[in-house]
Formats: sequence, C-alpha cells, structure tokens
Amino acid sequence: MDLLSSIKDHRSERRLFISRVVMTSVSGILLLGLVIARLVQLQIYDHETFAEQSQGNRVRIQAVPPIRGLIFDRKGRVLAENLPAYQLELIPEQVDDIDDTLLRLASLKLIDASDIDHINELIDGGPRFKPVTLKLRLTDEEIANFAIQRPRFPGVDFQPRLVRHYPHGLAVAHAVGYVGALSKNDLTRLIPSHYAGTAHTGKTGVENSFESELLGNVGYQHVVSNALGRQIPTDSRNLSDALPDNESPAPGANIHLSLDLDLQLLATRSLEGRRGAIVALDPRSGEILALVSAPTFDPNLFAVGMSSSQFAELQDNLERPLFNRAVRGAYPPGSTIKPMLALAALETGATNLSRKTICRGFFTLPNTTHRYRDWKPEGHGEVNLHDAVQQSCDVYFYELSVDIGIDRMHYYLDQFGLGSKTGVDIGGEHSGLVPSREWKRAAFRDPADQRWFHGETVIASIGQGYMLATPLQLASAAGAVATRGTRFAPYLVAAVEDALTGERTLISPKRVDDVRIDNQSHWDAVIGGMHDVMQSVRGTAWAAGGNAPYQMAGKSGTAQVFSVAQEEEYDEELIEERLRDHALFISFAPLDDPQIAVAVVVENGSSGSRVAAPIARAIMDEYLGYGGNAAR
Amino acid sequence: MRPGEPQRLTTRKAAPLGDFARLMRRLNIDGPLLGGILLICAFGLVVLYSAVGENMRLWVNQVIRLGVALVGMFVVAQMPPDFLRRWTPWAYLGGLILLLLVLTTGEVGQGARRWLDLGIRFQPSEVMKLAVPMMLAWYLHDRTIPPRAVELLILAVMITVPTVLIARQPDLGTALLIAASGVIVIILAGLPIRLMVGLAIAAVPGALLLWNYMQDYQKQRVLTLFDPDSDPLGAGYNIIQSKIAIGSGGLFGKGWTNGSQAHLEYLPERDTDFIFAVMGEELGLLGVLSLIVLYVFVIGRGLYIAIQAPDTYSRLLAGSISLTFFVYVFVNTAMVTGLIPVVGVPLPLVSFGGTSMVTLMAGFGILMSIQSHRKLLPR
Repeated sequence: MDLLSSIKDHRSERRLFISRVVMTSVSGILLLGLVIARLVQLQIYDHETFAEQSQGNRVRIQAVPPIRGLIFDRKGRVLAENLPAYQLELIPEQVDDIDDTLLRLASLKLIDASDIDHINELIDGGPRFKPVTLKLRLTDEEIANFAIQRPRFPGVDFQPRLVRHYPHGLAVAHAVGYVGALSKNDLTRLIPSHYAGTAHTGKTGVENSFESELLGNVGYQHVVSNALGRQIPTDSRNLSDALPDNESPAPGANIHLSLDLDLQLLATRSLEGRRGAIVALDPRSGEILALVSAPTFDPNLFAVGMSSSQFAELQDNLERPLFNRAVRGAYPPGSTIKPMLALAALETGATNLSRKTICRGFFTLPNTTHRYRDWKPEGHGEVNLHDAVQQSCDVYFYELSVDIGIDRMHYYLDQFGLGSKTGVDIGGEHSGLVPSREWKRAAFRDPADQRWFHGETVIASIGQGYMLATPLQLASAAGAVATRGTRFAPYLVAAVEDALTGERTLISPKRVDDVRIDNQSHWDAVIGGMHDVMQSVRGTAWAAGGNAPYQMAGKSGTAQVFSVAQEEEYDEELIEERLRDHALFISFAPLDDPQIAVAVVVENGSSGSRVAAPIARAIMDEYLGYGGNAAR
Repeated sequence: MRPGEPQRLTTRKAAPLGDFARLMRRLNIDGPLLGGILLICAFGLVVLYSAVGENMRLWVNQVIRLGVALVGMFVVAQMPPDFLRRWTPWAYLGGLILLLLVLTTGEVGQGARRWLDLGIRFQPSEVMKLAVPMMLAWYLHDRTIPPRAVELLILAVMITVPTVLIARQPDLGTALLIAASGVIVIILAGLPIRLMVGLAIAAVPGALLLWNYMQDYQKQRVLTLFDPDSDPLGAGYNIIQSKIAIGSGGLFGKGWTNGSQAHLEYLPERDTDFIFAVMGEELGLLGVLSLIVLYVFVIGRGLYIAIQAPDTYSRLLAGSISLTFFVYVFVNTAMVTGLIPVVGVPLPLVSFGGTSMVTLMAGFGILMSIQSHRKLLPR
C-alpha cells in the first residue's frame, strides 16, 4: 500500500512539475517576445533616428565644470579665488612616438622625468582622442619656452583652465583648507556625475565642509566631433533635435567667513618659528575671528598639484604643518581652567570669598608624603580666592579640589564645553577630555586602573593629568566667562552668497546651553581675579597687560609635558626644547563689554604668562583698534 | 562500466552509440547542452574581441577564464546528484557564514563600481547563486508536493536570509537574482496559482519597502529609467548611449568591429554589462536574434533534463538552474534595451569577467550530472 501510494504521488508530482514548466516557459517566451519587440522597435522602426545620432558628424555630450565659489573674510577680502592658468596637454592619437615626445619634454624641464611612468599609465587608460594632462600649471617662462618649441611637438599643446588660488594661503591654510585632486576615495564618497569635468574637491577646512555649496552645478554641452572623435569647432544647432538642450553650469556659492584677515596675518606672524595655535572669537555670537595653527603650509601646493616628494616632505615633517592644532590639538589646559574651578568652588560652597589659605609652596594629601608642588617654590603666603586666581596659586586649588571632588569638577567644566566637541563648522575636531570617575571606569580595562585616586583629583585641579582641551575649546570657554555664562557654538562661515543674484543667506549664531551659576556675584569675583592677572602689579601677566589703554581679563597656563621627580629641581635651560612646558593663555576684552576672546597655545613655549600672554594682548589690540601703538 | 556500478538508463535511441557519443556518456557530458553552451561562448568571444577594442591580451584572458570554467563544469558533472544532495545543507550553511563574514569584516563595494572587484576577490554571493536553489530542492525532496503553508514559510525564510544579507552588501542585482532562483523552485514545486496572484498584489507595498532600503544610486537608476534624458551625464548616459548603439545597428548591423558607438567609447561598460549593445550595433537585429535562439535552445535543453529527472531534488534543481539562466538573459537584454532599470547583471557566458562564469558553468555541470546519472526507478 505504502509503496503504491508513493509511486502514485510521484506520478502526480511529475505531472504537476511538467505543468509548471510549461507555465513558466510560456511566461518566459512572452517576456522574450517583449525584448524582441523592443529590439525591432529600436533597430527597425527608430533605426533612422538612431543612425543619424551615431553616423556622420557625431554629437558628444561634454561636461562643463562650474566655477567654484569664492571665499571672503569678514571685510570682503578674498581668501580663495580661481585664477586662469595654462596646462600642458597631450592627445595620444596625434603623437607618433609618445616615449620620445615625453623624454624630449622632460629634457626641456616641462615635465618631471619621474612622472613619465604615471603619464604613460594615464595614456594607456584613456581613449586615444582624449587629452591627457601633463602638467597642471605652467609658468609664464614655461609657456614662452614651449611656444618656441611647439612645432617639434605635434599633439602637445597648452590649454587654459581655472586653478584655485589662495592669495594669503599661509595665513589661512588651516581655517579655509584647500582643494586637491579628486582621488578614487573621494569618488566613492561623492556623486561622480556632479564632478564630471571637475578635477578637484575640497579636502579640509571650509573648502571641505562647505563643498556642496562651493561646488556649483555641472553643465553640459554637445560638441560635434569628427569620425575620429576629435572636436570640431562648429555650431551644433543644425544637428539632431532629438538630443536634450545644452545646460550652462551654475557657479558655486560664495562663502563669507567671520575671520578677520588682519588678525590671521598677525597671529600667523606671532607664531612664526614656533608650534602652536591661536583662536580668537566673538563671545557674543561664537563667530571665529582668527584660527591659526603653526607651523603652516601653502595650500596652493595642493590646488596646483605637487610632486610626490613635495607631498612626502609635508606629510613626514616632524613639525607636522598639515596638523590643525587649533581644532585637533589636545593639550593639558594647565592653569587656564582655574577661573572655571574657582566658580565651581564658590557655587559648591567649597570655599567663599574671604577664606584664606597659607601657601608654603607645596601640598600633601592627609596621611601621605607625596608633595604636590606649587609653581612658585617658596610659596605665595596667605592667599584668598581672588589672589589665588591672580597669582595662579596651585596650592589653593589643590586644597579646594579635595572638597569639590572630581565629579563636580567635571560637572562645571563640562558646562563650559570642555571635554566635548564645540560643533565648529569644519571637520576633524578633537573632543578633548575632562576626566570623571565614570569616564575612568569606562576607559580602562584593568579593574586596578579603573579606580579614581585622590591624587588624580589634585592634579586635575591645575589642568594636568588626564585633562585635555583644544585651543578652540579654550577660546570658547574664555568667551563663556566673558559673557557670564551665555554660550554659542563657534563657527567660521557667516554667510553663503548666491554667486548669480548676490543674495546672501546669513548663518545665525547657534546658542548652546548656558553655564548655570546661581550667584551672579561669583562671576564678579572670578572675572575680577582674571582682570588682575593682567592689570595689577602682582598678576602673572602684568607684563603683558599692565600698560593697556583698555581693561581686559586673562589667565595664564603652563602645562607640564615632562614630569619632574620629587626631589629634583626644574631647570628649563637644561631641558630639551621638546620637553619644555606648553605655554597657554586665555583672555577677553574689553572687560565691561567683551568683544573678543582669545586662546593662545605655544607648544614647548615654557611660560604662559611670558610667551603666550603678549601674543593674546597683541591680537586684542589689533581687533579693538589699538594695533598701531601698543602691539609688538 | 565497472561491475557493481548501478546500471545507467539508456536513451531511447540506445542501440548503436558512436564512439564519440559513448565517450561523452562516460564523461557524464550532455552533448546537446555542451554544444549549445560552446556555440554561445564562441559567439560571445567574437563579439568580445570587438568590445575590448581588439585587445588581444584581454581577449586571451577571457578565453582562459572560459577554459577554467569549462573544466569546473566537467568536474561538477562527475558528482552524482545524491552526493550533491547530501552536501547541500552544508554548502548553504557555509555560504551563509561567509556572507556574514563579508558583512562584518569584508570591504563594502560602493556605488555602481563594485563590479570592478568581482574578478579580484572571492564573492560568497556566487556560492549562494547555486546553494539557495539546492537548499530549497533539498528541503522539498522528502516532502509531499505541493508544499503546505508552514513549509512555504520555511522556504521563504531560506530565501530571505541570504537575499537580505547580499542586498546589504549592497549588491541589489545579485540579491534579486538569488531570490528569483529560490522563488522559481517554489513555483516549480506547485505554489498555488491563487497564492501567486496574491503575492503579486502584496508585492506593491513590498516594493515601497524595498525603495526605502535602496541606496541613492539605485534609486537614481530607477528614476532615470523613466526619463533618461533628465540626467544625460550620469545615470541616464548608459541607457541613452546603449539605445543609440542598438538602434543604429539596424537589421544587419554596421559590421564586426565597425561599431562607432562602441569604438569611440561612447558606450560605457561595453565589454561587460552592455556588451549586448555592441552586438546590436555591429551585428544588427539578425545577429542578436541568433544569440537569443541559442539561449532558448540551452534553456530548453535544461528544462528537458529537468522533466526527465528521476527525483524531486534533481527535478527542482535542474528546473531552477535553467530558468534562472533565462532570468539572467532577460534582465540583461531588457536593461540594455531600456525596458527595465540598469541593475548590473552581465550577459551570461558573453560578458567579460570570470567569477559569475564559473558559477554558471558549475550550474550546467549539475544539469549534466542529473542527466547522465539517472538510475532506473525501482518498480
């Protein structure tokens, strides 16, 4: 029985299968019929139209690149523009002996002999009629030189095109960024058809973050070409109407930055020969007035294209000129955080305005022997909160730190934006770090390392240990002190302008969470202390601020790069330059109506008050209109 | 034939086998199928020579690939269907693991350029092209047919998991083809007609869901299908140029290696996905129709093998392989002629490239194995 039914099943299954094969075959034949009908339509009925489009004179669609938007500073001075330049091109099919031609061009110094392999690759990779670029930008001399030799080089010629140019490249390199040749990677990230005809894209800075605004829309035109694909200079109007119309490219938008070129130039000059960064911003809006990282580089090298050895030199340079220290450099903030900690101490009740401490030059935790030194070995004597800010007394803050505790320190510093990205409108920002118990638990694997030690709280109170901040964060925090807690996300791009209509879209300041300080008099106390840092005789930066014709506030910071053993003396003469302390300074002015906040970091500059403070002063002078006399 | 080996079923024209035919039988090769395949390959090589710009080096590369793939087919043809069936679940599981590995550790091919990577590195999705129909056939082999609702659900899961994994790579073209190969097995196994109609109606919201899953470039391809002129430099360019190439070929074509569209490089991807357009331009409607006839012959032979097959597994698998081959042909020709969006499916056995060719040939190897290893049914 079983066997019988299984055989029976088998037969009916086979019948079912066959019926299904028939069914699918019929559908398949219908679908193929559709394809065949389409082929008949294209190849028989519409044959004439298509033949016309492909035969005789051919119409080719060619991309017309848009003109990239310009970039201006806050006073309308050009920071990035497009200049006509001549490039050397070779059309493979018109050259009989390509190797010989390239060798002769190299002997005339028009191309680099080391580039010949690369050029040969380009020639082999493209159609024979398509020009291959041999050199991006010819100097006047090279043009003259080649013009004489031209008859010897059939198939080689120079062609005009636009090249990105940065007139003040060195001064604005890290803020504006640069454009560079499109790479394979870029094309996977971008939409290739938008870049038909464009060879460059923004790589860093505003050029990168506002790429879509700056680029514009590609246009296309129909060019008539002969049977070999060579372009013929005729009007295409008398050709087939079946093709879509030409479309002109739409130029990219112009970008207006909040940067002040004068400040950029001054800041760049003042960091010449050093490593460091300067950020100045308007605390009332977050507009960045200056953003400089030193050493700098010439962004024009990227726009024009450099040899691989030139690039390697920039890339491998120990001074790291390509590294944007202003937004990516994370430094121990040192004593620059003291004003913010003073606020935390007052708000949490860890101290009050009258409480005094005797500073003997060191501090020890209860029941321990480790000495936490003050920067002044003999001590500051009797100090209150005002004095402690003014003279940057470490011991006063060491004592407070134990009462405030690391978690409340984190709570207040976080409100000033330390330890998180500022949200600036260029890429690559470092978020800095403000440690806390919770952070330490998450950051370390080993349970022994996850514990938070009191000693770590102590050194955190002078901005050392795990704590890290970027110059941009410090400037923004200084601004938050200046405005007594009102905070704005810093930004570079103030307006985007339609290049055709001139219509400007202003970018409005972005308010972020205020610093919550309950007692307003605490602001007065701390800002008063910062004022006396610069403008009272006992202040650490009196030398930089004492003679100013306006009132200002500031705080120096000197961050240890290298730790000194307990019984050793710190002698900066003996220490190698690279191991010297970083010099930091934050400041704002004028005191009663703050218009500018500045942060200066000089790597291995030794002393915040002696090295960084005068730079901050000069920047404020320049911006507030006292630039001629007091500065430098 | 060694003694003890199961006696093979002789064909109806059994009596006098020629020496050549006997050799073919001993090698487990199906003559008509091999003939059809070789004719298509030869046709393809002729067109490819023109499409790669008469570049002898590239052309010889393709000949070598074809040779390797044919050897692969021959090896697969030696594996009896029972053996294949036993290993099916492992092949399927292994394929799934490889797919997960690709998603977690592999590089993701971006945009429409992923075909560049095809030849260079191993693609687990190729394994799945065969493993999915094999797995479904394996599952249905011992069960009564048509499948019940629960079984249909399990089958649907077997298809969906690899399809989603591949679609997320993202490789929508291959994902859809693999889904098709599975769905074909279910249809052949007797999926009720009412259910098919119902599913077709349910596909509308499904398509909307899929739209959300699609990458931007995939959406653009669908949109430009309806209006290629809207983006003549980007996604529409291929279709415009391909239609000009085919249309200008006319009835007889411009002659071999004389296609101006193809040779002046107007036609992109002319040696891979768009090679059908080169053929249309140079050999005309007659040339293209001849190729279609060859394809129909191979598919027909495959379906004949499926009908002759002795058990459910072989039958369903052979049917699915043949009909999936049809889907490749249809999708490529329909996309090149602008009937459906450009999904990046090569013209089987003709387009330049190696990986998918090996899979195709392995599939034909299975067909041959099924045809040559038929046993007498127990009575």
